[in-house]
Amino acid sequence: MYAFDYQRPSAIDEAVSLLRSLEEPKLLAGGQTLLPTLKQRLAQPGTLVDLSRIPGLAAIERAGEGVKIGAMARHASVATSEVVRALIPALADLAAMIGDPAVRNRGTIGGSLANNDPTADYPAAALALGATIVTNARRIAAEDFFTGLFETALGEDEVILGVEFPKPERAAYRKFRNPASRYAMAGVFVARTVGGVRVAVTGVGQEGVFRWSAAEAALASSFTPAALDGVALDEGNLMSDLHSNAAYRAQLAKVMAKRAVEAAAG
Amino acid sequence: MTASNVTPIGAAVRRKEDHRFITGKGRYTDDLSRPGQAQAYFLRSPYAHAKIRSIDTGAAEAMPGVVAVLTGKDLAEDGIGGLICGWMIHSKDGSPMKAGAHPALALDTVRYVGDHVAVVIAETLNQAKDAAAAMEVDYEVLPAVSDLAQAQAQGAAQLHEVAPRNTVFEWELGDKAATEAAFTRAAHVTQIDIVNNRLAPNPMEPRAAIGDYDAGDDSFTLWTTSQNPHVARLVLSAFVGLAPEHKLRVIAPDVGGGFGSKIFIYAEETVCAWASKRVGRPVKWTCERGEAFLCDAHGRDHITHGQLALDKDGKILGFRVKTAANMGAYLSTFASCVPTYLYATLLSGQYDIPAIYCEVDAVYTNTSPVDAYRGAGRPEATFLVERIVDKAAREMGIDPAEMRRRNLIGAFPHQTPVIMNYDAGDYGASLDKALEIADYKGFPARKAEAERRGKLRGIGLSAYIEACGIAPSAAVGSLGAGVGLWESAEVRVNPTGNVEVLTGSHSHGQGHETTFAQLVSARLGIPIEQVNVIHGDTDKVQFGMGTYGSRSGAVGMSAIVKALDKVEAKAKKIAAHVLEASEGDIEFKDGRFTVAGTDRGLAFAEVALNAYVAHKFPTSEIEPGLKEGAFYDPTNFTFPAGCHICELEVDPETGVTEIVNWTAVDDFGTVINPMIVEGQVHGGIAQGVGQALMEHVAYDTDGQLVTGSYMDYQMPRAEDLPAFKVGMTETRSPSNPLGMKGCGEAGAIASPPAVINALTDALGTQDISMPATPAKVWAIAQARLARRAAE
Amino acid sequence: MTQISMTVNGKSVSADVEPRTLLVQFLREKLLLTGTHVGCDTSQCGACVVHVDGEAVKSCTMLAVQADGASVLTIEGLAQGGRLHPMQEAFREHHGLQCGFCTPGMIMTAVDLAARLGPELDEKTIRENLDGNLCRCTGYHNIVKAVAAGAHAMGAQPVKAAAE
Repeated sequence: MYAFDYQRPSAIDEAVSLLRSLEEPKLLAGGQTLLPTLKQRLAQPGTLVDLSRIPGLAAIERAGEGVKIGAMARHASVATSEVVRALIPALADLAAMIGDPAVRNRGTIGGSLANNDPTADYPAAALALGATIVTNARRIAAEDFFTGLFETALGEDEVILGVEFPKPERAAYRKFRNPASRYAMAGVFVARTVGGVRVAVTGVGQEGVFRWSAAEAALASSFTPAALDGVALDEGNLMSDLHSNAAYRAQLAKVMAKRAVEAAAG
Repeated sequence: MTASNVTPIGAAVRRKEDHRFITGKGRYTDDLSRPGQAQAYFLRSPYAHAKIRSIDTGAAEAMPGVVAVLTGKDLAEDGIGGLICGWMIHSKDGSPMKAGAHPALALDTVRYVGDHVAVVIAETLNQAKDAAAAMEVDYEVLPAVSDLAQAQAQGAAQLHEVAPRNTVFEWELGDKAATEAAFTRAAHVTQIDIVNNRLAPNPMEPRAAIGDYDAGDDSFTLWTTSQNPHVARLVLSAFVGLAPEHKLRVIAPDVGGGFGSKIFIYAEETVCAWASKRVGRPVKWTCERGEAFLCDAHGRDHITHGQLALDKDGKILGFRVKTAANMGAYLSTFASCVPTYLYATLLSGQYDIPAIYCEVDAVYTNTSPVDAYRGAGRPEATFLVERIVDKAAREMGIDPAEMRRRNLIGAFPHQTPVIMNYDAGDYGASLDKALEIADYKGFPARKAEAERRGKLRGIGLSAYIEACGIAPSAAVGSLGAGVGLWESAEVRVNPTGNVEVLTGSHSHGQGHETTFAQLVSARLGIPIEQVNVIHGDTDKVQFGMGTYGSRSGAVGMSAIVKALDKVEAKAKKIAAHVLEASEGDIEFKDGRFTVAGTDRGLAFAEVALNAYVAHKFPTSEIEPGLKEGAFYDPTNFTFPAGCHICELEVDPETGVTEIVNWTAVDDFGTVINPMIVEGQVHGGIAQGVGQALMEHVAYDTDGQLVTGSYMDYQMPRAEDLPAFKVGMTETRSPSNPLGMKGCGEAGAIASPPAVINALTDALGTQDISMPATPAKVWAIAQARLARRAAE
Repeated sequence: MTQISMTVNGKSVSADVEPRTLLVQFLREKLLLTGTHVGCDTSQCGACVVHVDGEAVKSCTMLAVQADGASVLTIEGLAQGGRLHPMQEAFREHHGLQCGFCTPGMIMTAVDLAARLGPELDEKTIRENLDGNLCRCTGYHNIVKAVAAGAHAMGAQPVKAAAE
């Protein structure tokens, strides 16, 4: 790691003013992606601003019909939260599939969303469930939040406070893990909501997480795995790497989508 | 002290070494620190092949905390020689292998990504890394060749001037004419093309070293992660020229796994030792995992074409093999013997094959050096033999188990056409037992049931053999080895009757501290707690050849047996004097020396005390003390063999392969501690399954390592593996006093062909390469479904 | 330099550290608790697992400054009053280790797993929950047995670890 300074604000205002005043600041949430990146000297922040001691940021609570999850809530907390289990069990299931137990004890939902790794899990849930990302400055619909590979709509002095997830009628997430890294090689979150069926795909697209409109249309007419038989992703937009070419990713996305539908419908 | 608390041979004794490991008190090299030590960090080549025009160390030297920045010029100035390959192979035309120079720090050329350019030594590791980032190296990038299949081609980049066409040697073994003749008689010829995939050994403990020069007596101490510290000392003294042996102490403390990769004498350890004198401080280096992927010697990496001649009944008549073996950019310590004498000599497998001819080309590429990895040559041979026999069976419509049975060697000793003389075995017994445990007969019903669930189920056999207990010194000497492969032991009985055993073997997970102590306990009739096994320190143990090639039982323990024989003989003499009896009347049993036919006797500890107080025997005839040493040179290799059966299911939708049953039946000869032996089998299978389904070191066409971390190199995890069913058969080896054969590599040797044979069964095609990743298997399964649909 | 204080294996410790100091470096280099190991750079091998405020974490993926004020338990603090923790006993009894390098992280993960999921663990659950711990020696066969037995023993005689 390159050397950096370290700040640990105790309030959001303080964190925001540090972001505004410091040279090359970088927010530190759970650190499960950031620290490996720093260890490889792939980034050189001037100061890490640690959000872990800001009170209230890790709360998980019912919000209207849905749930509100604080930005600093750990994956393990979401996975085991009674509120989440009761209202959106698919979201708890997703959290339980991230990384490994020790990573889940440190990694946070806010960190995951802000990083927008194209193989991360939470972006699929946010997009499929139509979540709203709440920051110190505004509320951002998930549709508008993810803007590209590792890119989000967040401003330089913007901090995620939490995420609001409306409760779907039915939902499920299925993930095919990269055999080596265990990140998603294809993760599909399927949600049937009052507004219609939403399908979000992670680990597959060259531009990161996306909604699969053809699958949504097919499932809108029949919420069954068989409805997806004739649906295929355009391989031209899919990632291809050492572990998988685009054709295989397209296949995995379809199989995960079918399995998610089966789980959600059951 | 009675026989009741003695641990017999064959008992599953819990391990003596475990207490320190489960309490965090293990002492691995990186756990150690020397007063005043500085930290080393190696600047490595980012290019697969380049000339170094210049290195500017000035900016780095000016960085905070930097102690020194050293390059290949500094090494050369101090007369430190290059790294060596200790096994001479001659080509067919009689010419010696063409070994390019291998300086520990590059002089003017780098030949693989990760090659050593300079070392930065600083107060802290972060400071050393900060300074390394400030180094300015002017490279002239040269064309590179990373693909074994391309490296001998006209126009391919050339690595070493001494080796035209990047060819280190063109070697052969066997009777070419007899083999050709066999093919003219064949009713059926089976052909196969195999790529034996390149693997990264990945012991969980990365390599590490601390060099510490003592100016007071002009001597070095090197703590290092070595499987064979005496060999390291010998090479560093006699070839590298670091210091004479009596001025160099090499200590390999607790070592966290090796699997071959810690046999070799590497650049980093060499540089740490040398630099400690240069900077006047201890110098410590710990490998990071990313560096380990770049510069720990890799394993396997063969391209092979095999042809098997059979008669109409499936009886093998002849076997012809042509292999290209990737050596990487330099010849590592034992690289040359792996694809030759550890490979082609096993091509007869368990089968009676009248004629075999094998050609091997060893080839340089711009990749990390390749050397022994668990099994070393024998997995490559077994994979070839067990795949081609299986393929032949399926082509000829013979059940794969029956095919093997028809060709098994039935009588011993058996001389193969490729040097080896198999001394003992019962291959039919291990095959039968494995088939029974695996319920081979019930497989068709299980396959049909799986098909109803939409799964493709397959079963695959691997009847393997290996040559271990390496090896008779004169024999290996005649084949080009630069060393003898005996082992030494010393048994020191203390006056109060407890015992220290010093061994030249080295334990890095194998449990020698228990198994060796168990042997001594059983033999001397003393509790295992009273036996301490000492290894891994050249100042304590006089000499030893270390642990690799599943040799520590068959060779290392045989040396202990010899030393124990001498201890017992001397103790009998002393007991005779103390008991005032004739030496011939003294019997030793259950830890007591007794006068035959009387109740007069002495406990072992009483004799030990008498040996040291020396009051009751004439010291003019018998020296005081009770300490004996022995060197044991084996009379033959040993030949562990057995049969593994893999049963698996493929999900055709995702290509995921799940191993649902694993049966291993092994004949290791005498087993001292079955718990430890079974553990060795489990671990070996895991590595073999890793090779078959998951692991692959990949370079791109520019020679950049693509699989440089666990993010891209898949290690087998708990979820990827099943529980294993392990059975044993036993035929004692006649070649050593305990009848042992060795167990450390069997699992890794046996398992890859069992997996791939099962996949060919499940998928109905022979065209499946390792690693059979989900992506690959899915594509094959799709093609099969398409074929079926078309039919 | 940043000043930090924490409780490690029941003892209070304070030190000035560079912010870039990892928790595992702090434990190994400052406190000389070398039982916690480093086996990779990408947060995957789990040789470095310790407990922070009662939860298993990868100490190679946490800064020492992040553990300021926390209670840390390492493999050295697991045995109490000279008695091995049941999970330690189970690893020895079931030959759940060979070279021993991954063992501290494996045991700390296993203790956490048993504490979370209870004393009766099936093979599948254990294998899934060892996803973040690599072992190259054992093929996991005996580790899985050890974790099941250790969890069972923990249920039979609950052990209160010093830092928890």
